[in-house]
Amino acid sequence: MKSTVRARVIGRLVTMGPGFGFLIVFLAVPLALVLSYTVFRRGRFGGIVYEPTGENFTRLIDPLYLDVVFGSVKLATITTLLALLLAYPTAYMIARLPAKWKVVALVAVVLPFWTNFLIRTYAWIVLLNSEGLVNSGLKALGLGKVELLYTDGAIVAGLLYAYLPLMVLPLYSAIERLDPQLREASANLGAGPIRTFWSVTLPLSLPGVLTGCVFVFVPSLGNFVIPELLGGGRRIMVGNLIRDQFLKARDWPFGSVLALSVIGVLVLLLFAQAWATRRVGRDA
Amino acid sequence: MRRNAKRGHGWLQLPFWLTYVFLYVPIAVVVLMSFNQNKSAYAWGGFSLRWYSALIGNEKIRDGLINTLIVAFGATVLSTVLGTLLAVGLARYNKSRLVDALSTMPAILPDLVLAIGLLVFYAAVKMTLGLHSVLIAHTVFGMAFVTAVVRARISHADTSMEEASRDLGATPVTTFMRITLPTLAPGILAGALLAFTLSIDEFVIAFFTAAPTEPTLPIVIYSMVRFGVSPEINALATLLLAVSFTVVIAAQRMTKLSEALS
Repeated sequence: MKSTVRARVIGRLVTMGPGFGFLIVFLAVPLALVLSYTVFRRGRFGGIVYEPTGENFTRLIDPLYLDVVFGSVKLATITTLLALLLAYPTAYMIARLPAKWKVVALVAVVLPFWTNFLIRTYAWIVLLNSEGLVNSGLKALGLGKVELLYTDGAIVAGLLYAYLPLMVLPLYSAIERLDPQLREASANLGAGPIRTFWSVTLPLSLPGVLTGCVFVFVPSLGNFVIPELLGGGRRIMVGNLIRDQFLKARDWPFGSVLALSVIGVLVLLLFAQAWATRRVGRDA
Repeated sequence: MRRNAKRGHGWLQLPFWLTYVFLYVPIAVVVLMSFNQNKSAYAWGGFSLRWYSALIGNEKIRDGLINTLIVAFGATVLSTVLGTLLAVGLARYNKSRLVDALSTMPAILPDLVLAIGLLVFYAAVKMTLGLHSVLIAHTVFGMAFVTAVVRARISHADTSMEEASRDLGATPVTTFMRITLPTLAPGILAGALLAFTLSIDEFVIAFFTAAPTEPTLPIVIYSMVRFGVSPEINALATLLLAVSFTVVIAAQRMTKLSEALS
């Protein structure tokens, strides 16, 4: 008996020990450091002076930064809503496909996500450039040139392109799991397709909707490459602000506060998602 | 009746196809333009491979590629070993949600947050930046994906063989090497392939944790893309797309990847 206990302890240590240790050192400790930096003063040439202060947090409500926050939340929200609008019917259709085509359709959605992110963003420069495909099309139709690149619209297009697959996947697995009998029952009780969707399908797939929203909204806030490359640096988003605090302004404490607020949004949305999952579990 | 049901979903066809057009047209345009004879990136001047041969002569790209491959191979080996062991341990012993949460966190956490975390950490322990610092960073999230894929494989696996092996007196190490590993092999390989593509394509974390003198390929691409469109980037992009597509489809064939990640 004693030896099996020992064997289990050794087994645990050998299998989980190295990975767990690695994650503690290179994930938990770095995040704890960022967290702790939020309450200290910045060093004159970067780094940290260990004097406690609350001013990093009060800087967040400086109108200059509030503008950036509101602007990024606006663009990230538009992106998330567009993704939802496009991904929900897509996921719904995929869930109805025959098994063989289902896999093909899902892989086709995921494939672009695993390719180089810079190249996917670059593709939109090629498309939206003043000489690009979209403008050539407009010219051929006899319409004038429109400035497409370096606009908020271009940023939203880029973000949507980058994160749309992350919306389709959780929606698909939520819709796939729905019992078709519930929909039939709703139809038999006289509800039309729209009524059935609003009172049966949508509420039951809400956990998937929220997971998708987390996966699109949070990385959209933290992206600094797309606003720079497709927005031409005219629009500064939270991601750019964080990047600049660490690589340009060398204000690590304020950068940490910004990063912490992104994590805060993430945690909040995850809680909402967990709440929705529990609710659906209770009702079903 | 059935016809009717199908017609009811007819209007859903539009967003469905729109999604795929939206996902693939930009990629297709880049691939097409990479074979363009013209220097101007937009007007078609006939088929040519000149931009591919121009790539071979580009030293910055070549050096970046070498750096990327060193990092990707190292990070893949490390994250596959650590991730597989962790997945086995989690499936067999774990009751704590802490380990569970910690092992999935890198996949959920925005890359920028992980990037600054590691930058701050490297500075705090006074570690000089180089390829090793990128390698460690890529292992952190590569491991999360290997763990997820292998765990999915374990949940479908039959454990009776392991029990039989133990009952017949095999040591835990023998059982692990001769039963557990071969059973999990497709999952492990798929996880390794994913860790590899993630690493060769990863930009944000590398941007923060690489030394300026040793940029990885995505960092080189970033500095090129900032100056606008060039036919050489189209060719490079096409090659990278081909690599990622091949690897991901291979990984999909080995395991039900789409299932493990959703």
